[in-house]
Formats: sequence, C-alpha cells, structure tokens
Amino acid sequence: MDPQPQLPVFIVGAPLLFAVVVPVLGRVWRHSAFLIALATVAVAAVASALSLELVLRQGAFSYYLGGWAPPVGIEYVIDEVSALVSLVITSVSFLVLISTRRWAEREAGDRPGIFYGLVLLLLAGLTGIVVTGGLFNLFVFLEIASLAAYALVFIGGRKAMLAGFRYLIIGSIGGAFYLLGVGFVYFATGTLNMIEARELLEVTENARAAQVGAVFIFAGLGLKMALVPMHLWLPDAYEHAPSSVNSLIAPVMTKVAAYAMLRMFLSVFPAGFLSGSVPVADALLILGLIGIVFGSIAAAGQTDIRRMLAYSSISQLAFIAVGIGLGTPLALAAALLHIVNHAAMKATLFLAASSIRLRVGLQRTHNLTGLGPRMPLTMGAFAIGSVAMVGIPPTAGFFSKWYMVQAGLDEGQWIVVAVVLLSSLLTAVYLFKVLEQAYLRPAKPEPSAHHDAEQGGSADAAARPSEQAMRPVVERAREAPFDVWLPLVLLAAATVGLGIANVVIMEHVLLPGVS
Amino acid sequence: MIDEIAARFPYWATAVLLVVGLYGMMGKRSLVKQVIGLSIFQSAIILFFISGSLLEGATIPILYSVHGEGHANPDDFVNPLPHVLMLTAIVVGVAITGVALSFLVSIYREFGTLDERELLDEVRG
Amino acid sequence: MSDTFASGLPLAAVLVPVGAAALASLTTGRWPNLRDAWATLAGIAMVAITVVLLVETLDDRIHRTVLLDLALGIDSPNITIALRADPAGMMFGVLVSVLWVLAGIYAVGYMRGEHEQKQTRFFTAFALSIAAAAGVALAENLLTFVLFYELLSLFTYPLVTHRETESALVAGRKYLAYTLSGGVMLIGAAAWLHVLGVDATFRAGGFLDGAGLDSVTQWVLFGLLAGGVGVKAAVMPLHSWLPSAMVAPTPVSALLHAVAVVKAGVFGMVRVGVFVFGASVLDDMGAWLVLAVMSAATLLIGSTLALRHDNLKRRLAYSTISHLSYIVLGVALIGPLALTGALLHIVGHGVTKITLFFVAGAIHVKTHKENVSELDGIGRQMPITMGAFALASLSMVGIPPFILFTSKWYLGWGAVEVGQEPFLIVYLVSGMLSAAYLFPIIIRAFARRSPDHTRFGEADIRMVAPIAVTAVLALVWGVAPDLPLGFFELASTVAADAFPPSVALAGGTP
Repeated sequence: MDPQPQLPVFIVGAPLLFAVVVPVLGRVWRHSAFLIALATVAVAAVASALSLELVLRQGAFSYYLGGWAPPVGIEYVIDEVSALVSLVITSVSFLVLISTRRWAEREAGDRPGIFYGLVLLLLAGLTGIVVTGGLFNLFVFLEIASLAAYALVFIGGRKAMLAGFRYLIIGSIGGAFYLLGVGFVYFATGTLNMIEARELLEVTENARAAQVGAVFIFAGLGLKMALVPMHLWLPDAYEHAPSSVNSLIAPVMTKVAAYAMLRMFLSVFPAGFLSGSVPVADALLILGLIGIVFGSIAAAGQTDIRRMLAYSSISQLAFIAVGIGLGTPLALAAALLHIVNHAAMKATLFLAASSIRLRVGLQRTHNLTGLGPRMPLTMGAFAIGSVAMVGIPPTAGFFSKWYMVQAGLDEGQWIVVAVVLLSSLLTAVYLFKVLEQAYLRPAKPEPSAHHDAEQGGSADAAARPSEQAMRPVVERAREAPFDVWLPLVLLAAATVGLGIANVVIMEHVLLPGVS
Repeated sequence: MIDEIAARFPYWATAVLLVVGLYGMMGKRSLVKQVIGLSIFQSAIILFFISGSLLEGATIPILYSVHGEGHANPDDFVNPLPHVLMLTAIVVGVAITGVALSFLVSIYREFGTLDERELLDEVRG
Repeated sequence: MSDTFASGLPLAAVLVPVGAAALASLTTGRWPNLRDAWATLAGIAMVAITVVLLVETLDDRIHRTVLLDLALGIDSPNITIALRADPAGMMFGVLVSVLWVLAGIYAVGYMRGEHEQKQTRFFTAFALSIAAAAGVALAENLLTFVLFYELLSLFTYPLVTHRETESALVAGRKYLAYTLSGGVMLIGAAAWLHVLGVDATFRAGGFLDGAGLDSVTQWVLFGLLAGGVGVKAAVMPLHSWLPSAMVAPTPVSALLHAVAVVKAGVFGMVRVGVFVFGASVLDDMGAWLVLAVMSAATLLIGSTLALRHDNLKRRLAYSTISHLSYIVLGVALIGPLALTGALLHIVGHGVTKITLFFVAGAIHVKTHKENVSELDGIGRQMPITMGAFALASLSMVGIPPFILFTSKWYLGWGAVEVGQEPFLIVYLVSGMLSAAYLFPIIIRAFARRSPDHTRFGEADIRMVAPIAVTAVLALVWGVAPDLPLGFFELASTVAADAFPPSVALAGGTP
C-alpha cells in the first residue's frame, strides 16, 4: 500500500500518543520529557511539510481514520490551506519549545513530564482542528486543545490561577456554543461532514435552523478567538501565563480558532448563506473593524509588554475576522496569509519578551531603557517583529495588509481600507514606544529622574526605590544564551522571508486553497 | 399557545437550562457555583441533541434478522448518531469539570477562599 | 527610442550602501577608522556604478533589475518589484551617490569633533538611508517606490532621534507619525490602482493618461499620492516635522534636507506629477492649480518664516521648505521648461543646501554657536568655510552664474511659457526673500568684528574639504550643468519624454 496517504495520522496522532507517553517517561528520566516532546513536534512538522508537498504535487486528499469512510467515519482533509497552517503551527511550536526550555524547567517544577505532555496535547488538539473534516470532530479537538491550554495557563502562579479559571469558564462556554450550533446544523442536514454539509445546505429547505446554528457557531468560535467584545479573558490569560506558555499559545491558539472560523466559511456554509436575514458575515466584519481599532488603542495604553502584546493579538485577530467577513477569495486568502504571518510575528515578539524576562526579569516597558545594545539579538528580533507588525515592506505584515486593502477596494468597502491602513499607524504607536525605550533612552537614569523623586508625592517616592534598585539589572544584562536567541533570530528571519515569499504562498497555496 | 409550548417543550427546557447555566457562570461569586453553572450549561446541550434525535414510537436501532422480514423502516428506529456524539460530549464535559475542580482545589490551597471578589482583592492587593 | 535590458547594476547601486551598513555594523566602534572608511569606499563604488548607469542612460540604454515578480493568479495586472535606471531616476540617483561620498567624509569629521555617542549605529543607519534613497530614485513602478519610501522613513528615524534627548525623541515621534502616514496614503493609492487594473509602471507622460478613470477617482488618487509624497516634500500644511527634526546632528540635517528625505519627497512629486498623472490628465483635472497654489503659498510663507528665526539651522530648515516648493511648483506648472527647471533645482538645491548645512555644522563643532546673532566676525576666523557659505548663499538667491540661477531661470521661463505670469512673480519675490534671510549672515560674518577675542581656525579638513567641494560644484554646475554628469541633458530628456513635440505648448523647446 502506498505509504504517503498515511501522513495525516502522524500530524495529529504523534502528539496525541506521546502526550500520554511523555509524562510516564518523564518520571523515569526527567530530561527525556523535553527531548521526546521536541522530537514529536519535529515528526508532526515533517509530516505537515510532506503533506503540503504532496498536496502541491497532486491536489488535496483525504484520510479516513481507521479506514471508515465518511459519513460514518472520521475524515481528515489535507488541502493546501490545512497543510500550510499545520506546518506553521508545528514549526513555530518547535522553535518556541527550544527557546523556552529554560523557562519550562523553572516553571514546570519537578514534573517536566506533565508540562510537556500538556504541550503535546495542546498541539494534538490544534493540528486536529486544522486537518479534521468533521464538525463534531472539530469540537472534540477544540476542547482537547483548550483543556491543555487552561492547564498550561494555570501553572503560572497566583495571578495565573484566577486568569486560568476564568479562561476555562469562558472557553467552555465558547465550546458549548459551538456544539449547540453544530446540533442545529446536524438537524438541518443530517450530516456532520463539512463537505457533505455544504452540499446539503445548498439545497436544504430547512435553512432557518442552519442559520441559527451558524449564529451559535460563530459566537462560540468568536469567544475562542477573542473577537471584540468577547475578548475579556485574553489579556489576563496571556499576561499571567508562564513565559514558556504564552509564547506558545499566543501565536497559535487563537489563530487556530480563527482558522476554524474561516473553515466554516470555506467548507461548511455556502456563499451567500450568511448574509441577508442572518448577517453573520457583516457582524464579523463590523466587530473586526471595531476590534482592530480597539485592540491597538488598548495596547498603546499598556505598560506590561505581555499585556500589550495580548491586546495587539486582539487587534490582529480582528484583522483576520475582517478578512473572513469580507468573504471574497482574495480576502480569505489575505486572512489566511495573516494567520501565517501573525503566527511568526507574534512568536517573535513573545519569545523576545520572555528572553528579556529571562535576563532582566522586568516586563514593564519603561524599564527596558538601554536594553537594545545590551541584548542586541533579542531586541533586534523584537525590532524586526515590530516592523513587520507595523507592515513596512518588504516584511510579512505588509503583504497581508496589501492584499486585504485590495480585497476591501474590490468590494468597495472603503471603511475596511481606511481602518486597515490606519491600523498600521496605530500599531506603530505602541511598538515604537518599546523600541524607543530600548534603543534611544540612555541606560543610566537621567538626572531629572532624581529630581522628580524628590519632588514627587509619597506614593511615587515609594515606587521609585524599587525601580531604581532594579535598574542595575538592565545595565548588567547580557545577551540571552544561544539556545534562546537562535530560534528567536530564525523566527525574525522568517517574518522577512515570509514577506519575500508571499507571492509563492499566495499563488500556489492560499488562492487555490480558497477557490 | 400552550400546545405549541408543550409540543416543543424539550427545546424550551434546553433554553431555560442554558440561561440558568449562564447565570451560574456569570452571576455567581462562588467559583464552585460557576463550575456547577458550567455543568448545567453542558447538560442543556446534551438534552438538546438527545431530544432532537427522538422519534415518537421508535425503538433502539438494533436489528434482529432484517434479512428475513424485508427492509427495515427507518421510522421505526431512533437515530443513534446523536447519542454516540453525546457520549463523547459527556466525556469532554467530565474532563472539563474535572480540570475545573482541580483548579478549585489549587486555588483554595493557595488563597484559602473560593469567593471571586475576595480572590480579586487578594490578587490585586 | 531607448531600449531596456536586464542588468544587475541598478540593484548593485542599492546594495552597495547596504553592504557598507553591514560592514560598518560588524566593524563596530572597536576599529572606528576602518568602520568609517567603509562608507567612503562604498560611496566611491556607488558613484562609479551610478556614473556607468548614467552614461548608459544617456546613450538610451536603460538598465533594469527585476527583484520580485508578484504575478498573482487574480484578475489584476502583474506587479513587479523592479529597479530601472531611467533619466529622471538617474538625476536623483547620481545626486544621492555624489553627495553621500561628501556627506560621509563630512560626517566622520563632525561626529568625532562633537564626540557623538553610538557612532556605529549612526553610520549604519546613514548608509541604509542612502540605500533606501537610491531605491526611491530607481524604482520602476509605484509599489517599488512605496517600498523604498517606507524604508527611508524607517532608517532615518534613528538618525533623527540620534541625540536621545527628550526633544529628539519627540521630534522622532513626530517625524515617524508624519512620514508613516504619508506612506500609508501611498500604499492605499498603490493598492487601489492595482485593483483598478492600472499598470503602475512609471511612464513619462503619465500612466493614468488614457487609463479612463472618472474624475472623482482621479481626484481621490491625486489626494492620496500628492499627500503621501507631499509629507516628505514638506508642502504646507504637512511641513511641521521638518523644523522639529533639526535637533538631529548636522550631517543628518544635511542628509534629510539636501540629499535623501525631502528630495525623495519632491522627486516623488515629479514621479506623481509627470509619470503617474502626466500633463494632459493634470490639465484636464485642474489639479495642477491646487498644487501650484499650495506650493506657491508654501514658498512665500516658508521664506518669510525663515526671516524670523535666529537659530541658523531652523532658518535653513524654513529655507528648505520654501525651496522644495520651487520644485513642486515647477512640476505643477506642467510645461517642459518648468519641468527642466524643477529637475535642475533638485540637483542645485541639493548641492547648495548641503553646503549651508555643512557650514552650520562646522561652526557648531568649532564654536558651539547656533544662532545667527552670534556669528559676528566669524568669517575672519573661518574664511574658507564662510566663503563657501557666501558662494552657496549667492546660489540660493539665484545670482548668475550659480546653478540655482539656471534652474530658477528655467522655472521662471516655464511659468511664462504656460502663461502663468503670477507664479513668475512668486519666484522673484521668494528670491528676494532668500537674499533677505541669507545675506545678513554673510554681512555679519565678514563685515562685523567679533565681540570676544577668542581665536579659532578652520574646522577639521574632513569637514572643510566637502564644504569647499560642494560650494565649487554649485558654481561649476551653474556654468556648465552638463559637466561632468550631464544633468542638463538628463533633465531635458525627461522633459522631452514627458512633453512630446505633438503636445508641446507655446514656447517651444529650449
């Protein structure tokens, strides 16, 4: 039998299997946990890459789990889009795992096996969401990934406990809403297979029930992807999550929810089904536009880097929502390109943040003064990530905006064009604030700072000494160790590389994938 | 009107349970009650699926020697698929509840309370 | 007709400064002489490349490098990221490379004289800005132009904020806010043109000529494009970043105001006016009048404001604002003579204004004086420097035979040619205002006696030599604009391409 069509099972199955094996082996030999987890992710990444290559060579293919054909069995659909997204998820995770190993050792305490088991469970869920062809199967994977994410956030300490619990409650509501929506779609069509559902929805007389289902599905996935105003859980979860976790879940977790949302448009609901009397697409578009502006403005007001990046994620996810809301092939491709780009960019920024925290321990933006020359590689990667986020050509961020603007123009949606263009300026506001601190402020406290301390009120004076005491840490800061900065630099290079390679990705992968 | 409601009473029950569950999660200060709300919420969805698959006068889809008596009439049998799905959904729900309860144990050990407002004060203070 | 062929040279012109930046940042401050030598060596290499390209261009052999082919499978025209050494681009490209060598040498003297911090970062960003400016010059189409235009904003940001003082940071934020907004407008316009199915390759006579767009679309595009480049060209009311950016070290001011940034803005204006819209479209729309009135107002207000400022660099900044609008007005007048004048003015103002800024920097290094009122008698102490300042001032005012006389002559003639005499008066009045804000400085420097009797001499040779060279260039190019780089021939080629004889207006060709 031809071995190649077995590939999809490695993408999902390897992490799922080793999620169970790693905790056991980790008890026997502590160091094995990291190595096995890394090897597993590498296997999944290679399987994704091979799948992508196969898809590009001979078109999309399906894998029937256990040999049961749909509609009875579970079908994994590997098309251009799912292969690419799973490749991005696994390879970004691979780099993040290497870079955050030191944090994981510190934060996972004496049980690294459990930690890496959860990480693999998360990845199994995420890749499962990406490749599955079944509506209910997607729910199961969504909950697997979410459960792992709740637990990973929870281990970050006192504040993280509460954030993690809140995340669990809201995430579960999201999952439940999605399941409810699937119920409506199932009763309207009698199938849970996405492609079959699409065919049936085109001819169904029971469109009303399916439309109600669509509303629930979008509410559920909207919660998971932190679409404004359903974003409240995200900043706390990202800020307080352990450093080894937030650089893993921030780039991929919400992105996969956004991908699931996109999948609904692409593979389940026929075009035109979600406009008119049930304007889900328009709602997504409007919420997305609000979210872009809101997220950026909120990010500009933050002093903690991770919280700032979290709000930035809200804004960027809203950008993807806008693309889905527009719904044209170009807009969907732009949204997908942004999923890919943003995974690389956000991973760069979050990894840089955790590298800074490793060396300096400070996460407040105003404490980063003078860090640029002291941690040149880390801050350089952060700078490249920032420039890409702002969308200056030829970095990755520019091109998703470029295509999105074109999609908006095609549809005559002027407001989309204006907001997308405006968003790069708003992004510049909060990211250049950090760069300015790191590069352009002198490392030593300025004389005026002392002056202020004498003049300032008692509360200010109380805060001042601790900050002053922290200051020498920045001055002594060295570049992060090799295994921390190398993945970081690779990711930063990837944000530029993705920009240059965008045409190839768009032309061969995304545009064929959405049409 | 009454008939209308009575005929669709599983749906109304589902709606009521959903609202009760949401209230439990959003409106209650006690984290334990929030978890209870979550369970109620999930149960509502299970009820929805099961009631949707119900068929008046039908029986379990186990066939005894169909070949001898001609083709089986689908109307005589309950759709088994939602039941199977709900078995999985129950497993997922149990897992979530389990994780949530383990969170609660940890939170209680750390803070000594499960009252949300006190916890927020504790964290911010 | 000229024939175009693939070649690596345009790319090399952009990559040479990038290489210099990489080498400079790797060399670091441990070997400062080696680090600073890279810029000079690269500058000379870049001049060699641009001169070769120039000769080829004058022979009607247009070199072209395709960097990326954005051929998308959607129903829009293909977009390429490509560089092309056309006559207009070569004017700017050659100017940038020649002035980079001089500014690079000067910057070494200045930065060491002032004991500036973080010189490695400075020289790296300086070289990258030059690369971006070269990219702007050689961009073949609107998207390539936008790409380098944005990079130019980004790379000059660390230069503006180099001093790292609070005022420098504020100026940097302002600078970034203005220029990034301009870039966003250009991106919007470029995306829209792509969606409209217009091939946005720069074409003399305008690629919108015959594209069949309705007038509302044309006006919105005009607003986006002219606004986008107008930010860097400092057309009022988009000018306010420029005086603020004066907090930067003087070589940066020279770079911003003479070579890279503002010239990228006005060069963009030439691209927009002549190569995007073209004479007939601008004429039909009536957009030229808007541009002409705005630039004429900027011209007069800028000159007048320059009178008010005692700080030498601020005075020069307002002078720059005013002189940039000479060029914008020349583009707006849409005539072959005015365009020739505008292109010559880009070169002339570049070389003249860089002299003035160099002098301001040299004075600051030697005496730490920044205000005009402190300059009494300085001409006796620094005769070469202030002599160069005097020569450059004469050029700024437009006294024959300096280069800015030549360009103003064509600009004024151009205004008459298209029957817009009022703008001739604007040019003349502004020339007089230039005299009013520059001559008092010369009079102070040479005629008055220094109040304090401190003796000091000329600045470092690395500063004086570039000053002398640029001043002499302003004179040489005035006498013979074709020597040795053929600026006049390039300018008239562009004008002839943009206004083919069939549509030439009254007045004929020069």
